[in-house]
Amino acid sequence: MSALPPYASPLQITWYYMFRVICGLIFFFLIFPILVILPLSFNAENFFTFTKEMLALDPAGYSFKHYQDFFTNPDWQQALTNSVLIAPVATILATGFGTLAAIGLSQSHVPYKSAIMAVLISPMIVPLIISAAGMYFFYSRIGLQGTYWGVVLAHAALGTPFVIITVTATLVGFDRSLVRASASLGANPVTTFFKVQMPLIIPGVVSGALFAFITSFDEVVVVLFLGSAGQKTLPWQMFTGLREQISPTILAVASLMVAISICLLTVLELLRRRSERLRGLSPG
Amino acid sequence: MSDTHAGEVLTTQDGKPLKVALAKALRREKLRALALIAPLLIFVLLTFVAPIVDMLFRSVENGIVEETLPKTVVALQEWDPTSGTVPDEAVFVALYDDMAVAVEEKTHTRLGSRLNYEASGISSLFRKTGRGIKRMDEAGPFKEQFIDLDKDWGTVETWQVLKRFSPRYTPGYFLNAFDAQQTANGIELKPEDERIYMYLFGRTLFLSVAITVSCLLLGYPIAYLLSALPLRSSNLLMILVLLPFWTSLLVRTSAWKVLLQQQGVINDFLVWTGIISDAGRLVMINNQTGTIIAMTHILLPFMILPLYSVMKTISPSYVRAAKSLGANDWTAFWRVYFPQTIPGIGAGAVLVFILSIGYYITPELVGGTSGIFISNRIAYHISSSLNWGLGAALGTLLLVAVLVLFVVYDKIVGIDNVKLG
Repeated sequence: MSALPPYASPLQITWYYMFRVICGLIFFFLIFPILVILPLSFNAENFFTFTKEMLALDPAGYSFKHYQDFFTNPDWQQALTNSVLIAPVATILATGFGTLAAIGLSQSHVPYKSAIMAVLISPMIVPLIISAAGMYFFYSRIGLQGTYWGVVLAHAALGTPFVIITVTATLVGFDRSLVRASASLGANPVTTFFKVQMPLIIPGVVSGALFAFITSFDEVVVVLFLGSAGQKTLPWQMFTGLREQISPTILAVASLMVAISICLLTVLELLRRRSERLRGLSPG
Repeated sequence: MSDTHAGEVLTTQDGKPLKVALAKALRREKLRALALIAPLLIFVLLTFVAPIVDMLFRSVENGIVEETLPKTVVALQEWDPTSGTVPDEAVFVALYDDMAVAVEEKTHTRLGSRLNYEASGISSLFRKTGRGIKRMDEAGPFKEQFIDLDKDWGTVETWQVLKRFSPRYTPGYFLNAFDAQQTANGIELKPEDERIYMYLFGRTLFLSVAITVSCLLLGYPIAYLLSALPLRSSNLLMILVLLPFWTSLLVRTSAWKVLLQQQGVINDFLVWTGIISDAGRLVMINNQTGTIIAMTHILLPFMILPLYSVMKTISPSYVRAAKSLGANDWTAFWRVYFPQTIPGIGAGAVLVFILSIGYYITPELVGGTSGIFISNRIAYHISSSLNWGLGAALGTLLLVAVLVLFVVYDKIVGIDNVKLG
């Protein structure tokens, strides 16, 4: 927003500052709920609100007991293990299939392109509850319901649209004559792919993989239906925790997950800067 | 080769006509593209599309009557349900044979609960008959024995239901989803106090509209500010939008649960400042207010990002030109700037609406009973009431609504232009 001109009327000046205040309030609305759980997770009491000691900044009001509970409670540890076992495998599947398909889709002559695209994007569009219901019916018919691989396959399917979208976006800026140049210099298609194409589209692949990872890591509806007790993931444990016995350990878990999101966001931002710099779009 | 004659076919070096060689190369290229796409396409078709098709199929499938009572279904073909009389002995003989097998395999209770969705009381009728069938005289006559066991076998209505639901496919679940039912007089709406699904669909639509509108009202100023600020500061502020976007849905939902509770942070703060009394704590959770607040927060980034990408492309010189021609600030905004942002509004609004209409987790946790969506009902039918057919029919209706909206979204934005972050 450009600065106020010197001839601005009082009304314009009022509106200028009022608009900024309004925007500040909306930013506050966006960020406050996420920030508020961080101090609350160090609460020494089993409350979900600030105690008098906390407001007085008395060290006795704070403790690590909820974090301790998370790291020692077998339920939470099992959930963490399951999440860590499921999400990376689903990510690898989604990224592998998705990258290949995105390269295929970016070729100049693809028959039925829009129909194929619609099918491949559909897992992102269809409401999760419908996907979960359909998968529950279908996977119990073929014996995958309640198994590790059932959940992994379902999560991989849900993650692929993100990989396709991000990789396709990087391929739009990809100069195809580089492939031809490489071929004319004697490289076979596989070498060309790994030595020329891959390094250039890697930011798209990585951010697609991050999206696929977070899709699986955060996903709760499908795993609620498809999984059995043996596949209880972190979000599932949080969901039951929130619905039934609401324990403050959830806030400790939530704070740790916010930390994970901050890491992911930083990686993505660095990738975005890198690709902007490569294309000469950097703001400097 | 400088003197090519008219009609002479151009050839490649090895003598093939150029046209054929080109077509061959093109075909090879197409095949290569398809070969790259095929693994994912097959994967998505098997793990995702097949389950959806299976669900569509389940919403009309009704093989259970024919499977459990095969002879009775055949025997009932002769019987006229409008005759007003109970079927004759032949049908009861078939029923006895079928029930004997069904009790052996313990499938009669499943059929009973299936038919109970259509007419209440049938479940207990089947259970009672299952218990009594062993004591029956195998020599017959069966009609009297069945009616002695339970007088419902002597009513025309029971047989009408059985006959109506004996075909393999039924519109029954869909009629249920529309709050209607098949009766002897054709299709009728259910009694007023039993019509819940249309009401629930209406509420889902209403809440989704409310969420979309509040996202638009909150997202528009932010997108405008971000697009008008210099890139450096807007990138910094963008983090405040992207951090919630990347934070787990459950984390944000738990945060709202903490904030909105009656003993929660907001109520404590309001009591502390003296705005409300301790007795007058606001009820902001487990109702529609809770759903709208939490979901607006969760979906707001999906409104801001498309709006921002459209606003960034609008040149500021249009507004300047309007002002130099004498428009005041409001006219310049409303007549010149705003119309240019409509594609962004359309994209953001349809996206938020599509996402909110199928939401399950947040309404389940903060919606109480008055703030739940149709998806919560679908989940209930699949995991608690086990009326899978009705769950599938409701899911199909929701899916159709989303697909229609998606076609609209495709027209406005195009699926190739979906951007993330």
